[in-house]
Amino acid sequence: MKITQGKINELLTETACEHNHHKQGQPKNKACSQQAQPGAAQGGCAFDGAMIALVPITDAAHLVHGPLACGGNSWGSRGSLSSGPELYKLGLTTDLTENDIIFGGEKRLYQSILEVQERYNPSAIFVYATCVTALIGDDFDAVCKKASEKLGMPVIPVNSPGFTGTKNLGNRIAGEFLLEYVIGTAEPPDQTPYDINLIGEYNIAGEMWNVLPLFEKLGIRVLSKMTGDARYQEICYAHRAKLNVMICSKALLNVARKMEERYGIPYIEESFYGIEDVNNCLRHIAEKIGDDDLKQRVENLIAEETAKLDIELAPYRAKLKNKRVVLYTGGVKSWSIISAARDLGMKVVATSTKKSTAEDKAKIRVLLGEDGIMMEKGNAQELLKVIAQTHAEMLIAGGRNQYTALKAKIPFLDINQERHHAYAGYQGLVELAKELEETLYSPIWEQVRKPAPWEEFVVHRVIV
Amino acid sequence: MATITLSKKSVAINPLKQSQPLGASLAFLGLKGTIPLFHGSQGCTAFTKVLMVRHFREAIPLATTAMTEVTTILGGEENIETAIKTLLEKSKPEMITLFTTALTETRGDDMEGILTNIRKRHPEWYDLPIISVSTPDYRGSLQDGFASAVEAIVRTLPQPGEIRYDQINVLISSAFTPGDVQEIEEIVTSFGLKPILLPNIGASLDGHLEDTFQATTSGGTTLAQLREMGSSIFTIALGESMRGSAEILEQKFGITYEVFPHLTGLGANDNFLQALSTLSNNKVAQKYRRQRQQLLDAMLDTHFFFGHKKVGLALEPDLLFSMVEFLLGMGAEIQGAVTTNKSPILEQIPIETVTIGDLDDFEQLVEGADLLITNSHGKRIAKKLKIPLYHQGFPIFDRLGNGFCTKVGYRGTIQLLFDIGNIFLEVEENH
Repeated sequence: MKITQGKINELLTETACEHNHHKQGQPKNKACSQQAQPGAAQGGCAFDGAMIALVPITDAAHLVHGPLACGGNSWGSRGSLSSGPELYKLGLTTDLTENDIIFGGEKRLYQSILEVQERYNPSAIFVYATCVTALIGDDFDAVCKKASEKLGMPVIPVNSPGFTGTKNLGNRIAGEFLLEYVIGTAEPPDQTPYDINLIGEYNIAGEMWNVLPLFEKLGIRVLSKMTGDARYQEICYAHRAKLNVMICSKALLNVARKMEERYGIPYIEESFYGIEDVNNCLRHIAEKIGDDDLKQRVENLIAEETAKLDIELAPYRAKLKNKRVVLYTGGVKSWSIISAARDLGMKVVATSTKKSTAEDKAKIRVLLGEDGIMMEKGNAQELLKVIAQTHAEMLIAGGRNQYTALKAKIPFLDINQERHHAYAGYQGLVELAKELEETLYSPIWEQVRKPAPWEEFVVHRVIV
Repeated sequence: MATITLSKKSVAINPLKQSQPLGASLAFLGLKGTIPLFHGSQGCTAFTKVLMVRHFREAIPLATTAMTEVTTILGGEENIETAIKTLLEKSKPEMITLFTTALTETRGDDMEGILTNIRKRHPEWYDLPIISVSTPDYRGSLQDGFASAVEAIVRTLPQPGEIRYDQINVLISSAFTPGDVQEIEEIVTSFGLKPILLPNIGASLDGHLEDTFQATTSGGTTLAQLREMGSSIFTIALGESMRGSAEILEQKFGITYEVFPHLTGLGANDNFLQALSTLSNNKVAQKYRRQRQQLLDAMLDTHFFFGHKKVGLALEPDLLFSMVEFLLGMGAEIQGAVTTNKSPILEQIPIETVTIGDLDDFEQLVEGADLLITNSHGKRIAKKLKIPLYHQGFPIFDRLGNGFCTKVGYRGTIQLLFDIGNIFLEVEENH
């Protein structure tokens, strides 16, 4: 499938995405169509985004067609976990040389696909184009098609070179390839009225395993996971689910919307962070697919889980109460984490709204209260300033900002891609509370903030 | 004496190497007051940043020219100009350190021409040093990109000047950690010499807390030092990959040089200290005489555990050479050696073969070995084959203190002996 400029524009202006709705004459939020600016550090590229969305398919091989950096500098960095196959963890790349660039990389690619099949016999091979292979004009689709025919197995050409755009766009492009090549290509062994798909949940740090047992208890069956801990086969029959549940992400919204168009599957957007959000998620699913019996079971489960949780959280709540935190994260997470922090009695004094939609922002405003600061843009200096201004006691952000906070001697908690703890679901909140308490009450803060005895004056959190 | 064999596969499985631009950015991170600028797509920078942050556990300043499909077709001049302008406005770097990627090299951006044009349009940047280097990802590896960056630095900045008899240039390859660089500085300084360390990642990536927030590299070789390199009396190149830079300094300023392939083990350090002593006309300090005695003792204590142990190594050429010499010197045997790219040093490695390949080739070679030495990606092989892993190289993300570790000097060698010796000891105790 060719990703044309028309297709890119369609993905950048995804109609189901709040980012692209005009609200009461307000200018359009540019989050979806944001472009990287020269001279700054930037997030990942479209190639990275496509890999993030597809690599969690555990029994497939993921082969990068490009020079070393694209695959070589990124493999093994992503935190999605598997309950079985480990194939997805292999770092496979054609590692193009100068000769390949001059004479074309098609032969090496074809040979590489055959070698991967012979060595590992994967359920499918996802092949990723990169800037350089797009530039030298390799007929990427043709090679994958030929290999697929020869091997009699799916070889999927994921055409999302880095220079096409941002990570977010790459996520959506990956979604298009799932729609085009995977979804609807097989039938499930059986069906139930309670079949749902989870979309946009990548099982980072095993988060999904905090939530799946809840569904199981309720008799809700997760037919297909896109793509955390997924097997290739289950995505093939995702079109038979009764409901798509989008998790904390606008990234694969195009998949949900198009599955509604093509297969009549409705979708809802939910979050797994915080008590209220998990409760709502379960209730909404029951409303959409359930009978009164399921609704009742959901209420029973919520009552049982929240009662248990209150006991488990009590010691942490006592210590976290009224602690002032600054959140620095993207889009949906900015309000879903606020809600989780509030469940613990913490006071969110500022949050970033850079990637948030008008709808997100309205939710944030309610949750933050009038005094809360909404940071429209930001960099490390800006962030430190806000922390000083609000007398915040800690920063919750993505790993990229970890060392900004730590260098300023401010307690920090990582909530991004590379984190090692699972914060989703009811149990995730206990984990979150534990981590927050541990960091906030670490005895090191007092020690590292104290000046050396021979220093003449105290320098606290110096902001430039 | 080693024969070089190449991997026969078309596909690379679990690559050992990192790309040239990553190496170049590492070298530039050893200069003070800069932000390494990738001329490529935003992803080139993002991937490097993630790896560096995980390895060093530091905030790493890196920037991108953010090339898109359209700007790639049109050429990168405008993006480079905007990037420099933005960096100057936002972060006030003392110099611009710019390097290419596979994308812009394939496209064929003429960097020299571009920079000439930009300079013409911006006379106000007359004093701004711009170091530019070609580092396509499809050629070489981290070590090569690092070496090319150092060559570009010494080609661009050092100025001729009156010879300073106590000042020497010390060129330090990518095989050395920030901790190594600090140890090297201490040793050289103990002879009364004033070293200019290039690059000095010991001052920027050693993991220290500054009082103020910095958008650029907070330490490293300073611009003044870089300019004064032409006045040095001698150049010491540490690691074979630094030879090219030493030659450039010799050609430009007539500064003679000596290459020391590595500084691990008794012999290598004896040679190094003797050379410094001759050069400075000063005796080896009491401190190092004592450390040498300690090393002799450590060698005696640990050799029982090293004898005939079979070791597999997957490292970049300079680092591979140092580890192999060290291990052979302790009576261990090399079961398999994999490296990333060609280098003149490979032929001098006193073992039968060295494979240029990936960690999959490594896995085939090391079954039954007693120890593996490679980066964090070797963890899965170690687990699968049930062989202990000692971390060296880049990236290391499952160990703390990568910036602090040192393996150079008598002291670093002692540490290495105990670290590896303890691994062998533990295995023996468990039998």
